[in-house]
Amino acid sequence: MKDGDSIDDKSKETNQHPTPMLDELENGPWPSFVTGLKRLRDAKGETYAPMMNDLLGQLEHSYENRMGFWKGGTVSVYGYGGGVIPRFSEVAEKFPESKEFHTLRIMPPPGFHYTTDLLRSMCDIWERHGSGLIAFHGQSGDIMFQGCTSENTQPAFDALNELGFDLGGAGPALRTAMSCVGQARCEQSCFDEARAHRGIINRFLDEMHRPSLPYKFKFKFSGCGNDCVNAIHRADFAVIGTWRDDIKIDQKKVKEHVAEKGRKYTIDTVVSMCPTRAISLNDDDTLEIDNPSCVRCMHCINVMTKALSPGDDKGVSVMIGGKRSLKVGDLMGTMIVPFMKLDTDEDYEKLEEFAETCIEFFADNALEHERVGETIDRIGLPAFLDAVGVEPDPNMVNHPRTSSYVRTDDFDEEAAKWFERKAREAGLTVAGE
Amino acid sequence: MSSTTNKPRTADEIGVPDHFPYMHPVMKENHGNWDWHERPRPGVLRHISKSGDEIFTIRAGTQRQMDVFTIRKLCDIGDTYAEGHVRFTTRSNIEYLVADEAKVAPLIEALGEAGFPVGGTGASVTMISHTQGWLHCDIPGTDASGVVKSLMNYLHKEFVQEKMPNRLRITTSCCQINCGGQGDIAINVQYTKPPKINHDLVANVCERPAVVARCPVAAIRPAMVDGKPTLEIDEKKCVCCGACYPPCPPMQINGADSTKIAIWVGGKHSNARTKPTFHKLAVANLPNNPPHWPEVTAVVRKIVEAYKADAKHWERMGEWIDRIGWNRFFDMTDLAFTKHHLDTWDGSRKTMNASSHIHF
Ligand code: HEM
Ligand code: HEM
Ligand code: HEM
Ligand code: SF4
Ligand code: SF4
Ligand code: SF4
Ligand code: SF4
Repeated sequence: MKDGDSIDDKSKETNQHPTPMLDELENGPWPSFVTGLKRLRDAKGETYAPMMNDLLGQLEHSYENRMGFWKGGTVSVYGYGGGVIPRFSEVAEKFPESKEFHTLRIMPPPGFHYTTDLLRSMCDIWERHGSGLIAFHGQSGDIMFQGCTSENTQPAFDALNELGFDLGGAGPALRTAMSCVGQARCEQSCFDEARAHRGIINRFLDEMHRPSLPYKFKFKFSGCGNDCVNAIHRADFAVIGTWRDDIKIDQKKVKEHVAEKGRKYTIDTVVSMCPTRAISLNDDDTLEIDNPSCVRCMHCINVMTKALSPGDDKGVSVMIGGKRSLKVGDLMGTMIVPFMKLDTDEDYEKLEEFAETCIEFFADNALEHERVGETIDRIGLPAFLDAVGVEPDPNMVNHPRTSSYVRTDDFDEEAAKWFERKAREAGLTVAGE
Repeated sequence: MSSTTNKPRTADEIGVPDHFPYMHPVMKENHGNWDWHERPRPGVLRHISKSGDEIFTIRAGTQRQMDVFTIRKLCDIGDTYAEGHVRFTTRSNIEYLVADEAKVAPLIEALGEAGFPVGGTGASVTMISHTQGWLHCDIPGTDASGVVKSLMNYLHKEFVQEKMPNRLRITTSCCQINCGGQGDIAINVQYTKPPKINHDLVANVCERPAVVARCPVAAIRPAMVDGKPTLEIDEKKCVCCGACYPPCPPMQINGADSTKIAIWVGGKHSNARTKPTFHKLAVANLPNNPPHWPEVTAVVRKIVEAYKADAKHWERMGEWIDRIGWNRFFDMTDLAFTKHHLDTWDGSRKTMNASSHIHF
């Protein structure tokens, strides 16, 4: 590195690292993280100021060399095995003050609600024990309190813990979950996201705080198919709100919408865009929806927020096996439970029990470093369903198998189970009961 | 020394905290009872409850990686102009909740004066979801906050208005693990060279051949170099995925010149209209060029402009491309279609066109 040698006069006095490349990122209309880092560096009398000077120095060093210079390690708090992301500098001889720059992953309230008082308390704690740098939020769904020395990790956690907050997940463990704003402010919500979220995570905290699963396991909760927290793509266990009765239509407001936006526009943006051609616009500008053909995609409701809303018989779908690229490629969750009513205490209890069954399956059957989606691919969906006690359902597939290479000599028994299940759903008594 | 230190405090295993104490009282009272909403202007949502109550949400962009002074400034604004209750979106925008409509305009003005753009709602380009990068991750090929800052400077104008065909969601990832997730446009690190093994690090340190098992294409095998046990890579097989690097630092995948940027398009999380989709490769091998990544911004600009000009209202990026066809997409964006766009991974056959349907 050559640039580091040309320190200007002002920097010499204060030992400030020059940051010509980062300085460029202070321009422009978007709020600048660099300006923020400099505010911390320049904070008079704060213990973290020298640390942030060296952090800026190391970041500039990365910009110059196009390489990262952090390595992991092991740092944790008393009684816990995870939740702290250790970072040790590989260029500590140049930037000694930021040689330890760990992150505490702290679980936020579901839906990310804060008061300004709470945010101020968090800032005070992080000025006292950390670097003053906080991210709302990491992609993992945690508040990322970044920049803590090994020594300060315990007191920082203690202070946050006394404020009412706890460490999230890291490593081969149950991870921090995420839920959409949902019932707190969204009319599309089909279940109490935060209740399911807290119920499930707080029941399995041991799996979070003392990592012992084969690999990570993530839950995410979205109140409807709009999936505002990207659950299908990113969660091992995605809970998505839905309903099974009819979409609610306020025909008067449909007419108002058509009058305001125009008939052609309504046809182009609502009728023609329904994925299952379930909607038609009547001659009198009212809507007709073929509800058994509707797949609860949310599109028409998103467009006509006043006139249309989800039905009353609400619940959730559970999709299992989503994950990011490493290493078999990205996977989306597969529909495993098409509909589960979520209303009473018992309903929520049932969801938690199903989550427990799935975590246990994962703990017992996944290979080391395998996500549950990969386990399912390895053993086949029928074996997974068998293990978690779910019956096959046409909603699990885009279409039935196209390959004939399968042994079907027990087909009749399987078909009998299907008819028996259908009979039971229809309220009929099954022979022998 | 240990005899003088106190026994550490035992953690209170609180888990996920209760959110109600922090929620705006109007939201608490109308929990689960919302009726409909509208967007009076970009960056503002008005939700109406079945009880007739209303709550206004004012959404503003932040830098995500925030210093305590920025957070306190946002709090000051929240105390002076709003009602002390805020929340964050999945994409790190801050939302102020106010029940009193009269507060909306002064709040917007105060945010504007303090340099926080108000917008990111509806058919806009909202904040880019991103990860840690050079600032804090141990395996990054590029920075995250810097790429995002450069792009958001350019995209700012689309953040503060709702003039796109539908929402446009951009993500970045600073390694091929892809923490940033799927996006209408995804800007991701793409390694272009097999890892260079640091044999000095490996020799005598490593006893865990499990890294061999980490490789998805079985390209890593044990070897001897200078009489010492180490590993070697079959460079013909290696797909440069970087999977071996997180568990094994000697597998040095990052390189100042070999770490490049690829841009992907057409990913979608929501179930609205079409099913969720993964993003697809648009262009690879763009230089990793801090501090402004101008080559990346130029391509993003072309894609954003083509989508904005040609897509129909409510069509997301992937839906637009499905309609117009990939050849028109590559035409309109002046990008090349190469053999590297043909998938070769498991299941690639399903990505091929097995019909006589063609686009002109
Ligand atoms: C030494 C190894 C690793 C470290 C230190 C690490 C660290 C991190 C950190 C700090 C984040 C949060 C980023 C942010 O908040 O912006 C993250 C997210 C993530 N990591 Fe890792 N990671 C490692 C390995 C992996 C591996 C091997 C995988 C995949 C198999 C992976 C998949 C992910 C994903 C998907 C996310 C996004 C979180 C989400 O979708 O909820 N990481 N990682
Ligand atoms: C008694 C048993 C079978 C008879 C009489 C039979 C007869 C035939 C006949 C007449 C053809 C058409 C040849 C042509 O027109 O070119 C054919 C093609 C074929 N048969 Fe069989 N076959 C039998 C069993 C099987 C079995 C058990 C398999 C596979 C496990 C099989 C696999 C094929 C295949 C792959 C083709 C070529 C199809 C194609 O290229 O389009 N056959 N067989
Ligand atoms: C070629 C030789 C090496 C091999 C095959 C190897 C393999 C592995 C494997 C398989 C893991 C476990 C990953 C997991 O299950 O998540 C691991 C973890 C790790 N290795 Fe290595 N390793 C090697 C050399 C090294 C060297 C030389 C270092 C340090 C300079 C190192 C540092 C680490 C660290 C920090 C971890 C993470 C420990 C943790 O998860 O807390 N490895 N290694
Ligand atoms: S996922 Fe659905 S219920 Fe949740 S915030 Fe988004 S639109 Fe509302
Ligand atoms: S929710 Fe989707 S599938 Fe159902 S009627 Fe509306 S647009 Fe069609
Ligand atoms: S995308 Fe990769 S480099 Fe970036 S934060 Fe995630 S794991 Fe780290
Ligand atoms: S980069 Fe990927 S393909 Fe290449 S050796 Fe490492 S794990 Fe194998």
